[in-house]
Amino acid sequence: MLLISTCAEALHELEFVTPVERIVRGAGHVTTVRHVTAVSADDLASAEGIVICGTSLKDNDFLRTDCSWLTTITVPVLGICAGMHLIGLAHGGTLNNAVEIGLQTVSFTDFLGLNGPTDVFSLHTSYIDFTKLNSFRVHTTGGVPQAVAHRHRPLYGVLFHPEVRRHELLTAFCARVQKQ
Amino acid sequence: MRLGVLFSGGKDSTYAAYLAQQHGHELACLITLVSENPDSFMFHTPTIAVTAAQAALMRLPHLQVATRGEEEREIQDLQKALAQAEVDGIVTGAVGSVYQATRIQRVCHELGLHVFNPLWQKDQLELLDELINEGFEVIVSAVAAYPLDKHWVGRRIDEAFIKDVRLLQEQHHINPAGEGGEFETLVINCPLFSKPLVLGETVVRGAGNSFRLEVRNAPH
Repeated sequence: MLLISTCAEALHELEFVTPVERIVRGAGHVTTVRHVTAVSADDLASAEGIVICGTSLKDNDFLRTDCSWLTTITVPVLGICAGMHLIGLAHGGTLNNAVEIGLQTVSFTDFLGLNGPTDVFSLHTSYIDFTKLNSFRVHTTGGVPQAVAHRHRPLYGVLFHPEVRRHELLTAFCARVQKQ
Repeated sequence: MRLGVLFSGGKDSTYAAYLAQQHGHELACLITLVSENPDSFMFHTPTIAVTAAQAALMRLPHLQVATRGEEEREIQDLQKALAQAEVDGIVTGAVGSVYQATRIQRVCHELGLHVFNPLWQKDQLELLDELINEGFEVIVSAVAAYPLDKHWVGRRIDEAFIKDVRLLQEQHHINPAGEGGEFETLVINCPLFSKPLVLGETVVRGAGNSFRLEVRNAPH
């Protein structure tokens, strides 16, 4: 599994990448970590699945990264917070502001094993508007897309942090990768 | 970055500070909230007076701010404390408390400060192993859960300790790093200290399954 860091500061990777890596390894995957600015064509070609991890509230450097490969990739991809931003931007979504910090309840319908009202941990000051992106199924709370799934490819995004609350979502994604 | 450390003198905040320094950040100061409430929702309280001696051993400025330790009011006190520190961001020893992490993130967002939680979601036993391997000398400064008793207070975190807390985790659901407040810790020596902390005369006070270490004279 390729884990992509979006953190400008390496110290933040202990907070946003390492916990994801622990869960993915616990699900039986071998992991490779690359910074978003250093992902190569070989990395993408050899990945069985990809998780793009989140970063801290004040870190927006990742927004400048070209991730157009997300429009053609066919292996399963899960974008967490900053990762969901990159998925949305690559597909033409627009950046909007919304500060959400802490636990909140989101309702899901069959999203990587989540169903019904579910507590999630949020940590962001912006989101991507997916409403005009018809190729995505969107789970929204209070007008903010909290989770998206591409209709034709195994491409998923969550605005919240499943490595804090909802480890089962990461485990379900890992199972999806194994099935692919 | 110039970082202030939200510092309690225990293993988590001290190790977080060490990791920040190892990653090339400047430790600008230690920030300690001194709570009048021994059951503070946010801040570590046993042996908090020892933090001044620890700061001296780390040769770092020490900003101590008093708080009455009342829920939510102590968040305002934290905000005042952080506003006084001339830093780009703060580093905390938060491991698993969403309550604590959420409030710190909100306060720092208001103040425009970066937040680093390098121990966030870390496996508790792995954390204890790392502390030993990195040369941290840590003792238990308080206990507050069955079946812990006064004999645990003052005990050093070593391999025998890890073996015992692993057993307590299996039998009594005690968090092996004390994250649920089952026990509190005090760092006696670590790579950030110029020499080991000398506590001098101490006494253990308490009853039942709640005991704490009291330091009778000025530690150095």
